[in-house]
Amino acid sequence: MDFLRGLMLGQYVPAESPVHRLDPRTKILGTMWLVGVLFATRSLAGLVVLTAFLGGVLAAGRIAPAYAVRGLRPVFWLVGIAVVFQVLFGDSGGHVLFRRGPLVVTRENLAAGAFYGYRLILLVAATTVMTFTTSSVELTDGLERLLRPFRRVGVPAHELALMMTIALRFIPTLFEETETIMKAQMARGAEFARGSLVARARALIPLLVPLFVGAFRRADALALAMEARGYRGGEHRTRMKELRVAVRDYVAAGMLLVVAAIVLLPPSVWRAVAGR
Amino acid sequence: MSDRAPALIRVRGLSHTYEPGAGEPVPALRGVDLDVHRGECIALIGGNGSGKSTLAKHLNALLLPTAGEVIVDGLDTRDRDAVWAVRQRVGMIFEHPDDQLIAAVVEEDVAFGCENLGLPPTEIRSRVDEALRTVGLEALRRRPPHLLSGGQKQRVAIAGVLAMRPRCLVLDEATSMLDPAGQREVMETVLRLRDEGLALVLITHSMEEAALADRVVVLAGGTVALSGTPSDVFARDDVLRRLRLEAPPIVALARGLAAAGVPLPPGLLTAPQLADAVAAAYRRGRGGA
Repeated sequence: MDFLRGLMLGQYVPAESPVHRLDPRTKILGTMWLVGVLFATRSLAGLVVLTAFLGGVLAAGRIAPAYAVRGLRPVFWLVGIAVVFQVLFGDSGGHVLFRRGPLVVTRENLAAGAFYGYRLILLVAATTVMTFTTSSVELTDGLERLLRPFRRVGVPAHELALMMTIALRFIPTLFEETETIMKAQMARGAEFARGSLVARARALIPLLVPLFVGAFRRADALALAMEARGYRGGEHRTRMKELRVAVRDYVAAGMLLVVAAIVLLPPSVWRAVAGR
Repeated sequence: MSDRAPALIRVRGLSHTYEPGAGEPVPALRGVDLDVHRGECIALIGGNGSGKSTLAKHLNALLLPTAGEVIVDGLDTRDRDAVWAVRQRVGMIFEHPDDQLIAAVVEEDVAFGCENLGLPPTEIRSRVDEALRTVGLEALRRRPPHLLSGGQKQRVAIAGVLAMRPRCLVLDEATSMLDPAGQREVMETVLRLRDEGLALVLITHSMEEAALADRVVVLAGGTVALSGTPSDVFARDDVLRRLRLEAPPIVALARGLAAAGVPLPPGLLTAPQLADAVAAAYRRGRGGA
């Protein structure tokens, strides 16, 4: 089904840009840093600064703004629900804008809902910018390298990275297989999109069983193929691509620090800096 | 020292018995002898359950002998320390193109085997480039494998093995899931590699493919039933029929024509050979008349 393709969120957009060329570790840590800043900020001005910064990163990464917004579309629903909950079940009291029976809308709750909703959008936008500009292979490499120091405390860095690689490799294949099975079942009269919720859930069983059986068969075959190519775990293994931190990574880190400082330091500090 | 160069792979008295979790042990191979020489192309044919795939998995130590021995380039596959060297020397391509590609990008997948060998990154890079050039897929190096055709996926798998610099390539029904164009693509690639000195073991159901080999080995019930040049093996119609195998259509056609009185030489295996022979016979017939 084509709707399965529409689900692929935040797909990598291949391009030549300074953002694309950044070390994936920089982008992963940078995104985590931005998310942290996002949660720490309490001011609207902070969100405005972060929006401008993300806009700048998008522009530097040669991503069309319209494309980025389209990528965020599925999140808007979530945001809408979050805002409605905040407005309906937020703190009582404050300036009442609207009242009907038990339904009370206050200005404070509306503002808070908008703030949290917008923060949620920025949160997803920040991670989407990363996935737009970092291929899954780079992401995996970056994660493996970031986790490597934790191997000593038992984090299986190589195995996790390999699992992620294989998962990423097989997601499209399994989607194709799902489509094939669905079409085969539909040709024999199966209905996936009609009937009660229970009927629809039941209709999924003849889809899921062959899908799982197929996945296990594939896993078996893949393990054999990996063994045939001399795979014996992470020991003795080298990588074709080595990650290297370049000057631009330090520049990016510096910019992230500046943004965090602008957003998080109280206005009084900035006034003092400006006054001097 | 024998006067002939020692075989690249020497299989002697190889028996293999599968021990299922429950039920009787299943003997798959019973005393198989086989030599694979450098640069030689061997086709391994036989019905389902004849032991073809089991034999293939013994050639690079994916399975170990129950009895007998498999010596690859002087290394015994039962030697635990030699397993990785054996797998570097004998590469395998499997039937399902989708189930043997590991990475989400073509060139990363080609690098997988070399990474397992622990080669330095620059060496891997140059080997991957070379292997992709050899199979003619340089232009697709950054593609995700799921966007490739079946034939292209198999060529990626071949490149991944080639990058490990093997001496022998084992193709376990590597073309059976492909459309005719993909089959041709893969066969042309591997036959070119044979010309460059790589030994090939083709496990196949396709008699047309078997006809392209230097030697055909017919397995039946876990033993070698027939072995010889393609024309010798396909001439043994009686044995083939008993094993429910059939000579390629061209061989059958040539035999039919010969029986009908067309003077054709024996040992015709491919369509161009037959066409030339028929044309020659026709010219001779006209010249004689």
